[in-house]
Amino acid sequence: MFDSLSSKLTGAFASLRSRGKITSSDIDATCSDIRAALLESDVALTVMEPFIETIRAKSLAALPTLQSGTNQAQAIFEIVSAELIEILGGAARRVRFAKNPPTVIMLAGLQGAGKTTLAGKLAKFYADQGNTPLLVASDLQRPNAVTQLQVVGESVGVPVFAPEPGNGVGDPVKVAEQSLAHAKTKLYNMVIVDTAGRLGVDAQLMQQAIDIRNAVNPDEVLFVVDAMMGQDAVRTARAFEDGVGFDGVVLTKLDGDARGGAALSIAKLTGKPIMFSSNGEKLTDFDIFYPERMASRILGLGDVATLAEQAKKAFDGDATAKLEEKFARGDDFTLSDFLEQLEAMSKMGSMSKILGMLPGAGAMKKQIENFDESEIVRTKSIVQSMTPLEREDPNVLNGSRRARIALGAGRKVQDVNSLVDKFTAAQKMMRQMRKGGGVPPAMAQGMGIPAGMGAGIGGHQHGGQKGQQPAKKKSKSGNPAKRAAQEQG
Amino acid sequence: MGIFSKFVAKIKGESTADPLDWQVLETELLGSDLGPTLTSQIIQSAKLIKGGDALVSLTQILNEHLSAKSRTLSKSDQTTVIMVVGVNGTGKTTSVAKLAAHLKSSGSSVVLAAADTFRAAAVDQLQTWGKRVGVEVIAGKEGAEPASVAFDAATRSKELSSDYLIIDTAGRLHNKSDLMAELEKVKRVVEKTLVVAEVLLVIDATTGQNGIAQAKIFTEAVAVTGLIVTKLDGSARGGVALAIESALDIPIKFIGTGESDTDLAVFAPAAYISGLIAD
Ligand SMILES: Nc1nc2c(ncn2[C@@H]2O[C@H](COP(=O)(O)OP(=O)(O)OP(=O)(O)O)[C@@H](O)[C@H]2O)c(=O)[nH]1
Ligand SMILES: [Mg+2]
Repeated sequence: MFDSLSSKLTGAFASLRSRGKITSSDIDATCSDIRAALLESDVALTVMEPFIETIRAKSLAALPTLQSGTNQAQAIFEIVSAELIEILGGAARRVRFAKNPPTVIMLAGLQGAGKTTLAGKLAKFYADQGNTPLLVASDLQRPNAVTQLQVVGESVGVPVFAPEPGNGVGDPVKVAEQSLAHAKTKLYNMVIVDTAGRLGVDAQLMQQAIDIRNAVNPDEVLFVVDAMMGQDAVRTARAFEDGVGFDGVVLTKLDGDARGGAALSIAKLTGKPIMFSSNGEKLTDFDIFYPERMASRILGLGDVATLAEQAKKAFDGDATAKLEEKFARGDDFTLSDFLEQLEAMSKMGSMSKILGMLPGAGAMKKQIENFDESEIVRTKSIVQSMTPLEREDPNVLNGSRRARIALGAGRKVQDVNSLVDKFTAAQKMMRQMRKGGGVPPAMAQGMGIPAGMGAGIGGHQHGGQKGQQPAKKKSKSGNPAKRAAQEQG
Repeated sequence: MGIFSKFVAKIKGESTADPLDWQVLETELLGSDLGPTLTSQIIQSAKLIKGGDALVSLTQILNEHLSAKSRTLSKSDQTTVIMVVGVNGTGKTTSVAKLAAHLKSSGSSVVLAAADTFRAAAVDQLQTWGKRVGVEVIAGKEGAEPASVAFDAATRSKELSSDYLIIDTAGRLHNKSDLMAELEKVKRVVEKTLVVAEVLLVIDATTGQNGIAQAKIFTEAVAVTGLIVTKLDGSARGGVALAIESALDIPIKFIGTGESDTDLAVFAPAAYISGLIAD
C-alpha cells in the first residue's frame, strides 16, 4: 500500500528544487500534488479545499522573496508543513485539572472507536503521575463492556466504579452521578467516565450523553476518534460537537498504517485540540499528541520520530543489554539471539511499514512494496521449531533433526538448510565484525531481512571494538531503525 | 433538491457538463469514501455519458464496479465454517451474533467459537450473545491459544453435526505481521478438521481509504471471501467497500445496521449504490 503519495510529494518538491526560478504555475502544480496526497489520506474535502487555497496564497505571497532565495522548494515545503502543524496543534493544551477535585474526564465517541481501552490508558497515565483515578462503567449497553472495564482497571491497578451489571441493565446517567459522590468520599482526585458508543445520528443516545455530561459536569469531554476514519469524520464530529459537545480529541489505533487525515479534518473543523494519541493494544501504548509527527504522517513523509520511538520500545530493555554484554564477552551470536531480534522487529509492525517511515522512502517504493513480509514469519517459524540446544549450537543439526524442524515449521528441509547455512555464514561474519566492519547487505538480505535491517546482526558491532579501532566517531548502527533511534539520542 | 440531483438535472439529456459540474460530482463521490482512484475512474466513464438519464447511467457505472462473485454464503457438506476477521472495533463479535441469529432463524444449527482470547472480556461478550441468540459457544481457558480454541470448536461442531461453525477472532491491525500469522494459524488448524468455507472481513462503514489496505492484507493472509459492512445505520456511506470490490474483487455479503442481533441484512446492491450518491 505504498501509494504514490510520498513519492508524488517528494517528486513535486524535487522538481521544484531543480528549477532555477519558481513560477506561479509551479506552485499550482505542487498544490495539486498536495491535494492528491491529502485525498488519499482521508482529509475531509471541506477542510482540504480552503487548506490548499491558503497554501497557494501563502506560497504566492512568498514568491518574490523566494526567487532570490536559494532553497525555494524547501521554503514552500515549510509553508505546507507549518500550516498543517498549525491546524493540528494550534490549540494544544493539557487536561485542565479541577480546582476542587475530583477532576472529571468523560469519554464520548462512535461504537468501536476504542473508548474503553483508552479509559484504562488514561487512568494508568495519570496514576503513574501520582493521581488517584477512579474508572466509571457507564457503558451499560454493549455486552460485557462493564466486565471489560473491570479487567482493564485491574490490569492497571485502578479501581472501577461499576454498581450496575450492564448488558442493557442499569441507568448510565445515575451511575455517572453516583460515581462523583463515591469519588469524593473515597478521595479519588480524578474520575474517568467510560460511555457507550453512539452514532452521531442517534438523537436518543446523544441525549443520554448530554444527560451524563450534565450529571457529572466534566472538566474535559474527550471525543475519541479512530485514526482509520474517512470522510464521515466531519459529519460525526459536527454531530458530537452540536450534541454532547467536547473539549478535546483523542486519536486511536495510530499503530495502524492509516494516514489519519480525519485528525486534520476534526481539528480544523471544530478548532478543538487533539490531546492524546493511542497506538497499541497494551495499556502503555499511549502518549500526548505530537502535531509535527501527525503532519508528516498525513503528508506521507517519513516519520523518523515515531520510528525511533518504536525501535527504542521494541529493541530496548534487558534483551538488548544482555546481547551487548554477550558480545563484549566475545560469546557467539546464536539462533536464539536471532529469534529475539526477529521478534522485536515484528513488534514494530510490518517491514514495509518500518521502511516506509524512513524519509525518502518514496524513492524506494518498489523495493518496499515487494518486500515479502512472510519471509520473516517463515524464518521465525523455522527457528521456533528448534530445541534450545539446536538454537545455541547449530552444529548438532543432523539430517533427522533438520527433517523434524522442517515438519514442525511446515517448511521444506531445503528451507531449513538454507537458513542454517546463511546463519552459520553470518555468525562467522559476526566474529570478524568484532574486528570492525559492517554486514554485507547481501547477507542480511539472504536472511530474510532487507539490507541494513539485520537487527542485531548489524546493530551491536560496537561491543567488540574497544581498543581495536582508533576512537573516532561513535559508530552508528547499520540498522536504519536503530540508527534513527541513536540519532534521536 | 440536493447537490447531486442538481447536477443530474443539469447534465440530463446533454452530452457534456461543464467543469464545475464534474467537480461537484467528484466532491460527492469522494465524500462517500470511494477514494481518489475509483472516483477518477467513475468520472472518466461519466464523461462518456451521452444523453439519456444521467442518474440511471451513473448508477450503471457504479454498478459496473461491483464484484461479479456470488454474494450468498457457500455451504460445505459437513459443518460450514465461517471465520470472522477484521481490525479492532469494527463489529466482528456483534456480526458473529447477528449471523448466528440469521442462520438459526432459517432453521440451521449453529456453534460459535470464542477465538478472541486476547481482548479483555471478549469471551464473556460472545457468551452473552450466545445466550441471547440461543446457540452454543465454545471457549477455551483464559489465555488459551486462539488456534486451539478454534480447533476444539471444529471438533465439537463436527461431533454435533452442526450446520454452521462461526469463529469470532480478535481484532488486529493488518500491519502487525505476528498477529496476521496468528490468524493464518487459526485457519490452518481448523482446516485439519473442517474446510473453512467463508472468511468474512468486517469493514466499518466509517473507514476511509485504509479499508483497501485492510482488505488487501487480510486477503493475503487468510483469503477473504466476502465483506460485512457494519454501522451503515450511521451517517457514513461505506463507499470504501465499493473501492474494495472494485480493486480486489471481494463481494460484500452482509450489512450491519444496528446493535441488536436482528440488525443484519443480506447485501442489496441497488440500495447501497443509491445510498452512495444520495444527497
Ligand atoms: N450502530 C451500529 N453499531 C454496531 C454495529 N455493529 C457493531 N456495532 C457496535 O460496535 C461496537 C463494537 O462492536 P464489537 O462487535 O464488539 O466489535 P469487534 O470488532 O468485535 O471489536 P474487537 O473484538 O474489540 O476488535 C459495539 O458497541 C457494537 O454494538 C452496527 O451495524 N451498527
Ligand atoms: Mg470482538
